[in-house]
Amino acid sequence: MNLTLHVWRQNGPSDKGRFETYQANGISEHMSFLEMLDFVNEKLESEGKAPIVFEHDCREGICGSCGFMIDGKAHGGQHRTTVCQLHMRSFKDGDVLTLEPWRAAAFPVLRDLMVDRSAFDRIVQAGGYVSVRSGSPQDANAILVGKEEVDRAFDAAACIGCGACVASCPNASAMLFTGAKISHLGLLPQGQPERYRRVQAMTQTMDEAGFGYCSNHGECSAFCPKDISLDVIAMTNRDLMAAQVKGRSEG
Amino acid sequence: MRWFLKFAGSTIGLKIVMAVSGLLLFGFVIGHMLGNLQVYLGAETLNAYGATLQGMGPLLWVVRLGLLAIVLAHIGSSVALVRLSHAARPQSYKKVQPRASTYASRTMRVSGPIVLAFIIFHILHLTQGAAHPELQHCVTGADGALQCFVHENVVSAFSLTGANVAYKAFSVVFYVVAMVLLGLHLGHGAYSMVRTLGLSNPRYDRIARALATAVTLVIVIGNCSIPIAVAVGLVRTAGGH
Amino acid sequence: MILESKAPGGDIQTAWQRHKFDIKIVNPANKRKYTVIVVGTGLAGAAAAATLGELGYNVLNFCFQDSARRAHSIAAQGGINAAKNYQGDGDSVYRLFYDTVKGGDFRAREENVYRLAEVSGNIIDQAVAQGVPFAREYGGLLSNRSFGGSLVSRTFYAQGQTGQQLLIGAYQALSRQVKDGKVKLFARTEMLDLVIEDGHARGIITRNLVTGKIERHVADAVVLGTGGYGNAFFLSTNAMGSNVTAAWRAAKRGALFANPCFTQIHPTCIPVSGGYQSKLTLMSESLRNDGRVWAPKNPADAWDMAKGKLGKDPRQIPEADRDYFLERRYPTFGNLVPRDVASRAAKKACDDGQGVAYEGRGVYLDFAESIGRLGQKAVAERYGNLFEMYERITGDNPFETPMRIYPAVHYTMGGLWVDYNLQSNVPGLFVIGEANFSDHGANRLGASALMQGLSDGYFVLPYTIGHYLAQVGPRPKSTDWGSFKQVEGEVNEKTKKLLSIKGKRSVDSFHRELGLLMWEHCGMARNEQGLTTLLQEIPRIREEFWKDVSVPGSEGEVNQVLERAGRVADFLEFTEMMVLDARERRESCGGHFREEFQTEEGEAKRDDENFQYVAAWEFKGVGVAPELHKEPLNFRYVKPSQRSYK
Repeated sequence: MNLTLHVWRQNGPSDKGRFETYQANGISEHMSFLEMLDFVNEKLESEGKAPIVFEHDCREGICGSCGFMIDGKAHGGQHRTTVCQLHMRSFKDGDVLTLEPWRAAAFPVLRDLMVDRSAFDRIVQAGGYVSVRSGSPQDANAILVGKEEVDRAFDAAACIGCGACVASCPNASAMLFTGAKISHLGLLPQGQPERYRRVQAMTQTMDEAGFGYCSNHGECSAFCPKDISLDVIAMTNRDLMAAQVKGRSEG
Repeated sequence: MRWFLKFAGSTIGLKIVMAVSGLLLFGFVIGHMLGNLQVYLGAETLNAYGATLQGMGPLLWVVRLGLLAIVLAHIGSSVALVRLSHAARPQSYKKVQPRASTYASRTMRVSGPIVLAFIIFHILHLTQGAAHPELQHCVTGADGALQCFVHENVVSAFSLTGANVAYKAFSVVFYVVAMVLLGLHLGHGAYSMVRTLGLSNPRYDRIARALATAVTLVIVIGNCSIPIAVAVGLVRTAGGH
Repeated sequence: MILESKAPGGDIQTAWQRHKFDIKIVNPANKRKYTVIVVGTGLAGAAAAATLGELGYNVLNFCFQDSARRAHSIAAQGGINAAKNYQGDGDSVYRLFYDTVKGGDFRAREENVYRLAEVSGNIIDQAVAQGVPFAREYGGLLSNRSFGGSLVSRTFYAQGQTGQQLLIGAYQALSRQVKDGKVKLFARTEMLDLVIEDGHARGIITRNLVTGKIERHVADAVVLGTGGYGNAFFLSTNAMGSNVTAAWRAAKRGALFANPCFTQIHPTCIPVSGGYQSKLTLMSESLRNDGRVWAPKNPADAWDMAKGKLGKDPRQIPEADRDYFLERRYPTFGNLVPRDVASRAAKKACDDGQGVAYEGRGVYLDFAESIGRLGQKAVAERYGNLFEMYERITGDNPFETPMRIYPAVHYTMGGLWVDYNLQSNVPGLFVIGEANFSDHGANRLGASALMQGLSDGYFVLPYTIGHYLAQVGPRPKSTDWGSFKQVEGEVNEKTKKLLSIKGKRSVDSFHRELGLLMWEHCGMARNEQGLTTLLQEIPRIREEFWKDVSVPGSEGEVNQVLERAGRVADFLEFTEMMVLDARERRESCGGHFREEFQTEEGEAKRDDENFQYVAAWEFKGVGVAPELHKEPLNFRYVKPSQRSYK
């Protein structure tokens, strides 16, 4: 099949950026979307032109490296699918596609479709962990966790940190990402001692990074390739309020 | 106190201010509607109700100022959040295809200001009178009892007879449009409020959403029914305007 | 050169305890005087960096990805082994040790393997304390499953995302140290060379992948946790960025590379679908529990080479025309033979013209019988998410039509040579995780990679590195040493050269060419002739690469082509050593199958008399034959025997 791509090209964070148009001809329906871009890039490279920069690594939908908007839909919008697992059979001959990077003040564009998501790392560094040293913790079976609880915690922990939530949110909010970590740890007994300290520190860092607020549109969850539920946001709100009541405010 | 200001200034804190004020206003809207629906019980009942409210004296002003404060908190938090939202995405997408959001959720920033404009008009219209030349204020009767004319005022405001029919027709339409927008605003607002306050639970998420829609529908229909009923002549004063 | 394993002798069951007591410990107050460089943030790297930070060392931690959380450990699906005996089915440290030595076809160091089995339980304790959501039973206890030919249930898992959950656990521990200021994290930073000062590894040269800036970092020791080299084959289940550069540059600076020919082929991957293919996707080994592997008996029903088309619809092929070749050849183990055996059998079927996917490289994995026996619902419960993934990639629904599978390169057992302390022959250079060679011998058992990475990172290296640091004491550190200047100069020169060629061929075209040849001659089956061909072809491709590669752009910007070009240039040197190792090892063992050395039934034939050693290769120059050093292996506990799965 033959496609027309309008791709956002931006040489660096300070460049203004612009859309450029490329033809992708002779594309097989069995190609993944990124293989289609590889194909376009290989042609550009052999012509000595700068290929389209996009991030990717595992191409199995788990590392969270890849992600951009295809026609206004994060990861292309296929249910539970990152863009690396999206295949060209979802498109048809003659399609015209617009490729844009995640757009958020907290995710500055580094080049083309590649953005800086280090704000996510800072949010986790603020408290997205259980403070335990490597060494000799108690026997793993000494901590009992019900199957339902651990399954809920797992569902939240399935987040791959790709940033599609921020990209899809009309307010560029990072509540789904932050809430997923807060819920993962807050639902487990191991996370209880630091539960309220954690929610305060992480949401504060989230605010400082320049993300917007949550207005419960639900776009984040709808485009999340791991189907993280909006409930993690409700839990975050609840825990932050509880933290005020418990008077464990920091700073 | 510092912790509270810090909390209230965070994005989640601002949302909670918005949700709590929204919840209170939601309650007010329901109460206000129930009061107004007494229009169907006849002039006597409605006017007595009006007199009771007016008779509260200083307490009435406490309630009014309280409501004003809540409205200001609601507006203030929303203005702050909208500014944050713009700052969070300075460059918008060329193409967006929303999936989960609704018309109501996406138009909160439009429906809100229109509803505010309506509230101002409504106060000038049926309370203060600047927008309603025929408005009759309450008077203290010879027996010292307060006599109000709420029923007559409502009828004269929307009855498509007599002078200023065009203006009155406009009023009816404006009320109905505003109520529909209020409905949209409340529809998303009520659902969002439950989530923001962390009250949601996956088990009854659907029920919560349905309930929010149902209550909103009742409010819209209840409130819209009054000007329409007057306009089509279902509600009229004893004197027959 | 004499390769000293430094493994403690005597009773193996107390060896690690005795060793920990015998080695030197750094005074707690002195730890902050030391800086350790850790390259890589996978299970091994992140666990090591976090633990060293907790102990009080200053840590500089590097990864080429945009976040430490994205290292390829994240993609491991199945699980992690630990000798907990939670199921009460007779598991023990000794049994895990035994299984691992045997599974590795007697080409691993016993003492290392025993230690791995010994600390395996601690890993589970540690991960659970961190909040890793392992699968549980209704009573709240941890759940286990059996895996990879073991007789006991010792595999802990978190759905099909065990690697992800363990890596996030390590990443979170690392994040805590970053916040505490003990670890300084350098994301989007690639190590391009090792700096050796006065005979000791003292620093690295890196490139900032955003600004292109070349930087010098000095430390008291350097730890490499940089993963395996499966991408030497271009197509593998590795991440696109996985590369051999850090390990290879260390090898070029004098570190020995051990058993580079030991690579693992995983039997159940989704086959290649066309020439554009960029990577392969693994389907969990567990599918073979209920799926039956077959190929059409009649080549006319298979891939049509002449027309380049898929053959007959598998559902139309009658039972009599199907060859259930695993069940036929291995009646006892059937579809559950180990990875290497299953892979070679699939290859043989395809070589015989029975292949069913693109270019005849695939066999069927059929669930029709299980669906009939268990019902669609039960099958969906077991494999639903895997079927979904398969359909997402291929467009075929495994409930309706058999899956197509083919083996793919998955893991590399070889790596930089290390002693019992995980130190290479270069003092101060430590190597952990998949990047070293130590624990898996010639074949890795399922669910053991996660175990080894975390064991090295959390529980071994943090102690053994102290022994080295305490011995050398705090030393002055400077990036102004001549050694830094010289190595940085060489790095810059290489970059300039790559950019100046301005040829006509893309980097990937060279990588693909190399990979296809490697897969053909140094993949599942190898022989003298093919390996010799490779030794002629690799230098040719390398020469052409340096003449005709196209690397657009400059060094001072985001330049993904430049990154790839550097990595492919290293593969073009490293693979030569790999092939030489494969040619030198004139026996078949584990994942290394030399066609000349097989039993009458076509099984691997080991030669313990001549090859019971670790082959550690010393780099002598590009295009120059490396020198072989041998570390003999002694089996005091598990006596070598022939594996049989008939």
